[in-house]
Amino acid sequence: MNTKVFNVKMLPLTILKYLSLIFFSFVAVLPVVSCVITAFKTEEEYQTTNVMVLPQNWLYFENFKEAFTKANMGRAFVNSGIILVFVLVCSVFIGTQLAYVLNRFKFPGNGLIRSLFLFASLLPGVAMQIAVYQIMYNLHFINSLLGYIIMMCGTDVISIYIYIQFFENISISLDESAIVDGASYFTIFYRILFPLLKPAIITSCILKGVGTFNEYYAASLYLQDKKKYGTVATSLYTFVGPLGSKYNLICAGVIIALLPALIVFITCQKQIYSGLTAGAVKG
Amino acid sequence: MKKKRTFGEWARSRDGQKLFVIMAFMIIPLVLLFVFTYLPFGEMFGYSFYNMKYTGARKFVGLKNYAKVFQRDDCFKALKLSFYYMAGSVVQLVLALYLATVLSFRVKGGGLFKGLMFFPYLINGIAIGFIFKFFYTRGFVFDSVLQWCGFELDNLPYWLKDQSINNWSLVGTSVWRYFGQNMVLFIGAIMSVDNDLYEAAMLDGANKAQQFMYIILPSIKTIITLNVILSITGSLSAFEPPYVITSGANGTGTYFVVMHEIAHTQQKVGLASAMAIVLLAIILTATGLQKLFFKYVFRSAEDEDINATKKREKRLARMNRAKARS
Repeated sequence: MNTKVFNVKMLPLTILKYLSLIFFSFVAVLPVVSCVITAFKTEEEYQTTNVMVLPQNWLYFENFKEAFTKANMGRAFVNSGIILVFVLVCSVFIGTQLAYVLNRFKFPGNGLIRSLFLFASLLPGVAMQIAVYQIMYNLHFINSLLGYIIMMCGTDVISIYIYIQFFENISISLDESAIVDGASYFTIFYRILFPLLKPAIITSCILKGVGTFNEYYAASLYLQDKKKYGTVATSLYTFVGPLGSKYNLICAGVIIALLPALIVFITCQKQIYSGLTAGAVKG
Repeated sequence: MKKKRTFGEWARSRDGQKLFVIMAFMIIPLVLLFVFTYLPFGEMFGYSFYNMKYTGARKFVGLKNYAKVFQRDDCFKALKLSFYYMAGSVVQLVLALYLATVLSFRVKGGGLFKGLMFFPYLINGIAIGFIFKFFYTRGFVFDSVLQWCGFELDNLPYWLKDQSINNWSLVGTSVWRYFGQNMVLFIGAIMSVDNDLYEAAMLDGANKAQQFMYIILPSIKTIITLNVILSITGSLSAFEPPYVITSGANGTGTYFVVMHEIAHTQQKVGLASAMAIVLLAIILTATGLQKLFFKYVFRSAEDEDINATKKREKRLARMNRAKARS
């Protein structure tokens, strides 16, 4: 409202509104902030001060250095990077092509294929890994980045739905006029439609990217050799066991691992929100 | 009559091209779908009738694995932990709905609040595990904050060990992780409501509560329904919080944590497969029932509207006729 009417009756409500927002924001950041505080403490400080007491020196980076080397995170970042790039590139091609065919062509089985993908999304991943493990084993995909990448490229119903929705909004007359000009279907897809899909591709890449970067369950099953094939998520397992109570070190590791997500979030906030919303209205 | 074409001609024709492009674009996704979803699904169904490990000999045992799922103390009974997670998701949805409604209207610093509350969703599961092990450790973050508020440390329980509270502690982490994400979804849905509706309502003198009841709620019921269905399914298959924080110790082992343990540590693949199939059947039934339920609820609401409109039209017609006669 542009009119500045000071409504006395609304004042308590407004205060309550802001208090609740501040409270829940505090709840959301507290666990992470406490980690940041502890990550900057020296061993001695960590032992002697309360966890919520601020560190003496905010430029004490030894914990980060030690966590980075102990958990072999350099290697982990390289592996995660390789996995991320390949999974994203492959799933963009696979997803857009599939959506193109499902949206533009009528053929027997079209509906069936859509249902097959939809049903697949209902199957809980943790349960499926029991049998997927056996298949990965038979394919010699255990401890193989390639195998893990191929598995991760598999069904990703949400991006497929984002692409299909997007195709529905691209006029089919575009295809038709290209057909009249004698263009092949491949030309139509790659030269005309694919460039138009850019917003949908960005959206689904952000969603899939965050999911892939954070994935740890399958990674811990199939990339068991943590030294060679650890990802950023699984490299944190190093801190289970003897290092399990050195929280100044662990917190530093956690902060390093969530830094990429934080950077992506700050730079692509809008796309992440809109991507989530687009993915959710598939039903 | 059509002239018979050679294969080469056919392949160059539109029909041939169409078939070719369909095949070329679908073969990879379908193979992946088959190899990593439906083949394992079928295999798993098969495994559930055997006593077997990942390697070595297997023995056919019929339905014994299924019987065990219901008899063993740690299997089927673990499902009762789902109720904690269901209660948690109710809290989560209500909280998300409240915050989304508040943030959909002009709020100072709205973007910042939204970002802060959403960010937990982007942290990976293992990191969350460590963060909360740290958070709940005796005398650490949570205890310190409670002490600021005047609680005595001696009166506080061990959040992850005390069996009367530890499941709630874990559910709390799950709510913490997802309420911001739900909130963003709801904000998206509320924003898509036509702005004119609010203006009209304000002109008519509707207050905030009425606006919420009669404009916001009806227009986002689809997404709420979807989230209710997802959260019940999610509660049945709750896995991450106990897996990464307590490893299922001290009575926090949900059904899937137990299943993971049986499959990958004890290597009783047959029993674990039977557990998976049983839960899958429950989830599918629950999803189906909920869909039917919501369909019924919404359709009957719409039917009422149609009837009401018809009645009104009839009344109007009668009045018009009466007018015409007089």
